[in-house]
Amino acid sequence: MEDIEHLEKGMKLIDEKGKRIDGRRPDELRPVSIEAGVLHRADGSAYVQWGNNKVLAAVYGPREAHPRHLQKPTRALVQCRYNMAPFSVTDRKRPGPDRRSTEISKVISEAFSSQIFLEQFPRTSVDVYMEVLQADAGTRCAAITAASVAIADAGIPMRDLVVGCASGKVSGVVVLDLNKEEDNYGEADVPMAVAPRTGQLVLLQMDGHLTATEFEKAMDYSIAAAHKIYELQKDALRRRYSVSLEELRAKEPNMPPEPEEAPKYDVYHDDEPGVVE
Amino acid sequence: MSELIADLQRSRIEKLLASGKRLDGRHLEEPRELRIEKGLVKTAEGSARVHLGKTDVLVGVKISIGTPYPDTPNSGVLTTSVELVPMASPTFETGPPRPDSVELARVVDRGIRESKTINMDKMCIVPGEKVWMLYLDIHALDYDGNLFDAASYGAVAALTSAILPASKIAEVDRPLPVDHIPVSVTCAKIGDVIVVDPALAEEGIADARLTVTTDENGDIRAMQKGLNGSFSYDEVKRVIGLSQKVGRQIRETIVR
Repeated sequence: MEDIEHLEKGMKLIDEKGKRIDGRRPDELRPVSIEAGVLHRADGSAYVQWGNNKVLAAVYGPREAHPRHLQKPTRALVQCRYNMAPFSVTDRKRPGPDRRSTEISKVISEAFSSQIFLEQFPRTSVDVYMEVLQADAGTRCAAITAASVAIADAGIPMRDLVVGCASGKVSGVVVLDLNKEEDNYGEADVPMAVAPRTGQLVLLQMDGHLTATEFEKAMDYSIAAAHKIYELQKDALRRRYSVSLEELRAKEPNMPPEPEEAPKYDVYHDDEPGVVE
Repeated sequence: MSELIADLQRSRIEKLLASGKRLDGRHLEEPRELRIEKGLVKTAEGSARVHLGKTDVLVGVKISIGTPYPDTPNSGVLTTSVELVPMASPTFETGPPRPDSVELARVVDRGIRESKTINMDKMCIVPGEKVWMLYLDIHALDYDGNLFDAASYGAVAALTSAILPASKIAEVDRPLPVDHIPVSVTCAKIGDVIVVDPALAEEGIADARLTVTTDENGDIRAMQKGLNGSFSYDEVKRVIGLSQKVGRQIRETIVR
């Protein structure tokens, strides 16, 4: 609170050296960590810590679509729900959906609809639930990033993972990944979601005031950052699903022993060890 | 909270119970492992995440200043709410709170209120005008049975970790004064067998459920019977005894 009072008296959000109030450079992300498969009941789940944001995502489906009249005969639906816990913000938020979270849920649903192979699952629904447990600006981007890993964890085929990342403008400078103070007192905020493999923008919102040049810079910052976060997402999934040969042997005592020399055996697919290459 | 349990699993559970065993290897009177992490949410004045077996609940305490109710002008206000978010189970749905979550919130609230966990008279700032408002928000994250106990442990643990933001009234921030630690223990009755801390499948085939909240002296502070079945007089006495016994071990984990 004290910080904010200083800010209201016109403290600068960027110092003479070009550093931001949390010490970051304009194009620097907050620390991001991602973990896949954190819940038991859900078909897929992920937890993302992004600066002071803490977001949990869970995926159910493809399963029967409810309410029934929403079912699509030729493809699956994506139904996302972005929700903030009442204790995730400084002043308690009343539980339940409001206009803001309804809008965010809608644009996130649309973002994923472009990347999931929906035509493979007619009449079903892919239900994505995102819970913001602690908020510090950029929650929708953290939620998208988590949800994307959760969808992959659920084994639902996608064209690409989706990464959310915002840029904006504070004290006249275009910056990447605004924190709460910057978001509250900055001049613009551009949340974005990218499919990094193709570079497609699947979510784009903006409020505030930017020139066309500034907007382009914001977009460049977000896309570059998305590629970094993309690697963290893939790493989280690898950590969840990669098994070392030693662990596999401990679990499968009947597995054939590894030969002294090549050829290598494909231990994953064949009953009879098949030769790879 | 009605979960489908396969007939095959039902008969397996019943067969095991007949010989005093349970599906997950526990004794009939043994709760699941309880882990509590406090202070995970910085935006909350207090918080606790509870893992009771695979059941996972996050509780946050928000504290603000508000006006007291006209009938209790010298007391603070405690409000407990539960969100059974659809993340936690394929059977939880979005929408307004269902009777399940209202019952859950009220049972947790009753245990805390009746045991005088927080002396609400000390939560008064200016009588009739300004009091501390305590909001307990219970967020179910993963539902593997017995949300009653998990939510209750989380709520009490979150209160023990809470900081009263007294700097808002020009005093020094201080820990929220917690006077008593109530512990709720839920038993399920399956056929004529009573088990402590039912897991999801046990809860799903249970005939009746009884939650008993006790204080440090083993005195009873709140009770709630649930589901369609019934308990005999002797069974109720047994459940109370179990609640006192199991509650003692659990209290230590909550305070820690």
